[in-house]
Amino acid sequence: MADFLYQLLLTFDATLRIATPLILCAMAGIFAERSGVIDISLEGKLLSGAFVAAAVAALSGSVLLGLICAILASVTMSLIHGFACITHKGNQVISGVAINILASGLTVVIGIALFRRGGQTPTLPRDARFKPIEWFGVESFDTVPIIGAIYRQLVSGHNILVYIALLAVPLTAFIIFRTRFGLRLRAVGEVPEAVDSAGLSVTWLRYRALIVGGVFCGIAGAYLSVAQGGNFVREMSAGKGYIALAAVIFGNWKPFAAFLACLMFGFLEAATSRLQGVDLPLIGEVPTQLMLALPYVLTVLLLAGFIGKPSPPAAIGQPYHK
Amino acid sequence: MPFEEKIGSGASAPLALELRGVSKSFGLILANRNINLAIRPGTIHGIIGENGAGKSTLMNIVYGMHTRDEGEILVAGASVDMRSSADAISHGIGMVHQHFMLVPTFTVLENVMLGTEGGMLLREGRQAARARIVELSEQYNLVINPDALVRDLNVGQRQRVEIIKALKGGANILILDEPTGVLTPQEAEQLFEILKVLRDQGVSVLLITHKLAEIMDITDAVDIMRQGEIVGHRKTSETSPAELAELMVGRKVLLEVERTATSPSEVRFSATNLGYTNSLGVVELQDINFEVRAGEILGVAGVSGNGQTQLMEVLAGMRHLTAGSINILGTNVTSSTVTNPRIIRDLGLRHIPEDRHKHGLILHFEARENMILGLQDSDLAGSGFLMDQAAIETNCREKMQDYDVRPSEPSHFAKNFSGGNQQKIVIAREFSANPVVLLVGQPTRGVDVGAIEFIHKQLLELKDAGCAILLVSVELDEIMSLSDRIMVLCDGKNVGILPREEVDRQTLGLMMAGQKREEALA
Repeated sequence: MADFLYQLLLTFDATLRIATPLILCAMAGIFAERSGVIDISLEGKLLSGAFVAAAVAALSGSVLLGLICAILASVTMSLIHGFACITHKGNQVISGVAINILASGLTVVIGIALFRRGGQTPTLPRDARFKPIEWFGVESFDTVPIIGAIYRQLVSGHNILVYIALLAVPLTAFIIFRTRFGLRLRAVGEVPEAVDSAGLSVTWLRYRALIVGGVFCGIAGAYLSVAQGGNFVREMSAGKGYIALAAVIFGNWKPFAAFLACLMFGFLEAATSRLQGVDLPLIGEVPTQLMLALPYVLTVLLLAGFIGKPSPPAAIGQPYHK
Repeated sequence: MPFEEKIGSGASAPLALELRGVSKSFGLILANRNINLAIRPGTIHGIIGENGAGKSTLMNIVYGMHTRDEGEILVAGASVDMRSSADAISHGIGMVHQHFMLVPTFTVLENVMLGTEGGMLLREGRQAARARIVELSEQYNLVINPDALVRDLNVGQRQRVEIIKALKGGANILILDEPTGVLTPQEAEQLFEILKVLRDQGVSVLLITHKLAEIMDITDAVDIMRQGEIVGHRKTSETSPAELAELMVGRKVLLEVERTATSPSEVRFSATNLGYTNSLGVVELQDINFEVRAGEILGVAGVSGNGQTQLMEVLAGMRHLTAGSINILGTNVTSSTVTNPRIIRDLGLRHIPEDRHKHGLILHFEARENMILGLQDSDLAGSGFLMDQAAIETNCREKMQDYDVRPSEPSHFAKNFSGGNQQKIVIAREFSANPVVLLVGQPTRGVDVGAIEFIHKQLLELKDAGCAILLVSVELDEIMSLSDRIMVLCDGKNVGILPREEVDRQTLGLMMAGQKREEALA
């Protein structure tokens, strides 16, 4: 029993690690989509952020500089998306797909040119990455049963970016629902004409939403390559941007609900690696492919109307014409 | 020019708003040409013109949503540079748009706050905004609950929110663009009361409309627009609907066609307990009963969105009825009958759809192709595998002559004709087969006054020839002037069917709001 609980705790711990980039990307997606811009380019921003963080950290030796450059790279991708589909009113999905392809190609090409390792970046030594933070009093809590273990495994011992991701959720909720910017953001995603007639700039609001999203995606990218891992590997985002977008839809464009969806998707993946080859009572061995496909399957079911009813921002996907 | 004379006489107080030589073109189309306009403070000023005369463009220029190419805008005597709606708002101009600019998922309060939140955090400005709403609602009798979600409000209430939004910053010029299009007569009456209160408190109201009656009812002065130009300025007390109509159209018009006495004969078309439930399980039509006889027009009145569209589409076979039955020339159609518009058409029913762009025409097809839509398998289009292009062209040319479609050019794309001429193409196609049962939806929506007269005449001629016609329209005047009997729909139900002689606007208005005939007459 104790062993099972410990396994469960480790699974939750892994869930949080896996969910961190999802959470950050989902918050980015909420900003973009609440403003009326479909952001399928989360994936590309995540990937370019990961590459730039690892490359800059490897070249400069500063992981912090890597993070900052990752954010800049990701924001640049956001601005390209904005230029195509806000300024020039292009199709948002096509622009997003183009950015994903661009990121997928550029990261490898530049990677090969810089490091000549087949698209990978050099592995950073452990102390050159974002390090786990030991919280105060972990040692003394160890004597307390259960809580001590929870405190050590789940609460303490993550790197700073995990905590930033956790803070990003209430921050996003606060900005969206409690601030002037949030009110305008929600309005521009529902009825951009109302925003325009109130004397506000639809274009500038949507750009700002994308820029905020770019910042979050950049942090998520840095997490992949210089916190969770130690180098960049080609295509290392591996669909996380898409899963984050699925979480946004699953969470009905609400920060906390999307956060829970990220945790659920993260848990599915964490459980998958633990259940590999394990016979569960009654069910037998669970095919891991099925578990990994579950986020997508659930999202399709949701969109088909089998689980609740999604209520996307009314103006999503439509360029604003005066 | 009356305009100049007015400036001379009204020199005591500066004009609330003045336009001098304003022009605007979109590409090659000149939307506004050399517009001069003078609005006195504390008056209700009307601008009337047909659809496409450039009224909305002009107002969007005044409100800064479009930038003018030439000319000058003066507010309270001072020239201002109107580059965005923010400029207009800061100069005390508020606008209620034809299509409401409200966020349905927001509360009234949030909608009013948008743009003037009063601080980075919403908490800071919320109290002030709430107080302002209460203040305005008391001052101008604009009753509204600040915490209601806009999507739960009816159209009249939404309009009040728009007015509050326009006035919140202390606007003293209020522009209303076609404000009564979506209102019941009672709601329109309430709106006019509000406008009068506004005027009496010193607000200058600019009312944009194409309805003559509204101009005559509440304006103090009126400018008439035609083809992008101001063609006349009148004091309302010194003009008449006939004169205004003539100025709008550029020639004399019959405002109301003469309805001939009817001698309806046998029932051609009827519905029994007709019902329609959509795919989401929402009941959209319930227990509709009516019959239409040969030589009769049955008008269907109602505020838009009360089931008229569904009724038309069910009757035309575009949607499948879920209860009751329809009888067309003796053939019964029930929910178990396989129907589609083709089958219904073959039973002898012709249909002029409400939305001609969606269901009446293919905008990217040429006029001659549009002229055979639905008839493409008939001999009209050729008998073999290939289309008989010459016959199609001849057919189109003939019908364009008969129905006065301008330009009379079969190879023009449907999208390049004006609204009225597009409608004439649809009408020419559907009328030319001498229909015995006809469904007509919004026949004059977006159609200019001249074409309205023509279309109405055609409808009455068809009726006299013995056709059974069901007419759906949101224009109450149209229903009243054409119908022999009137059915009122509210919330998908039939509120009652009355002979034309027994109803007036008041009764119809109350019935459109859901009151039974007896209550409405009482």
